[in-house]
Amino acid sequence: MQAQGADDIIICRDVHKWFDNFHVLRGITLTVKRSEVVVIFGPSGSGKSTFIRTINRLEDHQRGDIIVDGIELTNDVRNIEAIRAEVGMVFQQFNLFPHLKVIDNITLAPIWVRKWPKAKAEKLAMELLERVGIPEQAHKYPGQLSGGQQQRVAIARALAMQPKIMLFDEPTSALDPEMIKEVLDVMKELARSGMTMLVVTHEMGFAREVADRMIFFDQGRIVEQGTPQEIFTAPKEERTKLFLSQIL
Amino acid sequence: MSVGETVIGPPARPTPAQWVRKNLFSSPFNSALTVISVLVIVLAARGIGRWVFVTADWSPVVQSLRLFAVGPYPAEQLWRIWFIVYMVSFLMGVSGGRFGGTVRTFAVALAVAFGVLAVLPISPDYLPLDTRLRLLLNPVMAVAGYVVGRRAPIQARWLPLAWLSSFALTIVMLGGFRNVALLPYVESGKWGGLTLTFLLALVGIVASFPIGVLLALGRQSNLPVVKALCIVFIEVVRGVPLVTILFMVSIILPLFLPDNIRIDRVLRAMLGMTLFAAAYMAENVRGGLQSIPRGQYEAAKALGLTGFQTTLLIVLPQALRVVIPAIVGQFIALFMDTTLAIIVGLLELLAVGRAVLNSNPAWLFRDMEVYLFIALIFWIFTFSMSFASRRVEAAVGLGKR
Repeated sequence: MQAQGADDIIICRDVHKWFDNFHVLRGITLTVKRSEVVVIFGPSGSGKSTFIRTINRLEDHQRGDIIVDGIELTNDVRNIEAIRAEVGMVFQQFNLFPHLKVIDNITLAPIWVRKWPKAKAEKLAMELLERVGIPEQAHKYPGQLSGGQQQRVAIARALAMQPKIMLFDEPTSALDPEMIKEVLDVMKELARSGMTMLVVTHEMGFAREVADRMIFFDQGRIVEQGTPQEIFTAPKEERTKLFLSQIL
Repeated sequence: MSVGETVIGPPARPTPAQWVRKNLFSSPFNSALTVISVLVIVLAARGIGRWVFVTADWSPVVQSLRLFAVGPYPAEQLWRIWFIVYMVSFLMGVSGGRFGGTVRTFAVALAVAFGVLAVLPISPDYLPLDTRLRLLLNPVMAVAGYVVGRRAPIQARWLPLAWLSSFALTIVMLGGFRNVALLPYVESGKWGGLTLTFLLALVGIVASFPIGVLLALGRQSNLPVVKALCIVFIEVVRGVPLVTILFMVSIILPLFLPDNIRIDRVLRAMLGMTLFAAAYMAENVRGGLQSIPRGQYEAAKALGLTGFQTTLLIVLPQALRVVIPAIVGQFIALFMDTTLAIIVGLLELLAVGRAVLNSNPAWLFRDMEVYLFIALIFWIFTFSMSFASRRVEAAVGLGKR
């Protein structure tokens, strides 16, 4: 485990969570540094999605500490709202707001949470749409876009809050194969720009290319972690080897 | 396109003769059905036509048009109702000019309806010239409003406000004040006819909608007391017929109130209808709330929106558009339920019909004509409402595939 420093943006100590009697997170201890790109992978039901959802408190944890950018996650609503404004999230199912145009999806949170004037929010939204490569879709509704385009809008929507951390919960799992690349390209560009990212994914090509660290989850525990090179060429644990042999 | 490939267009449209053969006479059985149906339609149309134009005696309707329109409202104060009607025509014109589309269709329909009423072939004894001219002023107001709506830079959001304030103004105009000479007080017992029917329905609709939405949200609330109160209210009201509620608010409620507090009879009926409609509205809205996927709440939370913002900006806009058909269906039911106000002694449209029938022994057996006339009025308005609802559905369905 790394030493704690000023550079640590996410600190988790012995995090436990139960769904009723099901012990889904069994003591997760993890520190993420600024600008670090962490890929989390593992079999379904291993708790990896639940874990990243505890970081912006979409799920609460029952034991242990989670400290995000110096703010400890407790039941204090102000802390939770402060952290959610700092942490962007991209979902497997996009979760765009279907009744709002693409541009209004993106400007909603800056206008209502950051209290920005509309013009400023729209200017940023257009820059972000430019960055994810679909400025021409600004005035369409999400339902009129392809899956890949919707997910890129979802990324732009999260970035509009100018977050310090981005969480990705299986961002390409609901996409047709030919659309996966366009989303991964946006994520790679984001990783290179210095964003702190936690990505739950099975896209091993993406992990190899941009991850600083890979973490293997199984049964609510971190089984193994290391650089992509260590994980791909010399995994230490049998469980990791078995899983990698199944998905590669 | 490569050489030699032929362009295949869509098949040619069938000629009328082909269409008739294909759809009406494709087999001997179909041909027989067609002939029989045509015969039935012709006979029925002849029978109905003969009854309407020859047998029926429309004099109870024709001679009581004013009663049907305004009930026993004092004749010297009728200008107040005309003022309201002009205001509505003008606002319809403005809205039609500003929004176009279906709103314009409605504005045109309203203006045409007034124009037709003005030239109905009715003896001047019952539809005098000055009334015809006043009716004709409505299309004029609508056109004036239309021009304003097209030309003037009116922001779209001001129009709903204008409509709401016109609604408040309507109630003020109808009732007046006790010590204002220009607008003397007209007690609500004198309100009646179509005017009262509209008023009951509109108050019910305008008031029950927000209350119903709040009840539905309260029922989903995490606060146990709020939730319990909402559930009890909704389930109690839904378990009781409207007639009973109307009786309770009009007869039992005054018994519980101190003597010096008397709630107006019309107001009591409005209260009963609003509470009744709100409970049903709440259940309709709840259906919409439950149709919102969890991911929508999560996305809103993840962006840092508060619970209130999530409800207002994300959940309600989606939930309400899902339940537009149910809500409009309920508005239509509410509109027709206003006839139950007859049992608490209000002179709404149906009550006026009964009063008219009883007012002249010669009309004793003309109830068919009177009730058909009332049914026609109800049908025109309920049909307009469901037509509007279909258009609204089509308009807001825009973003969905």
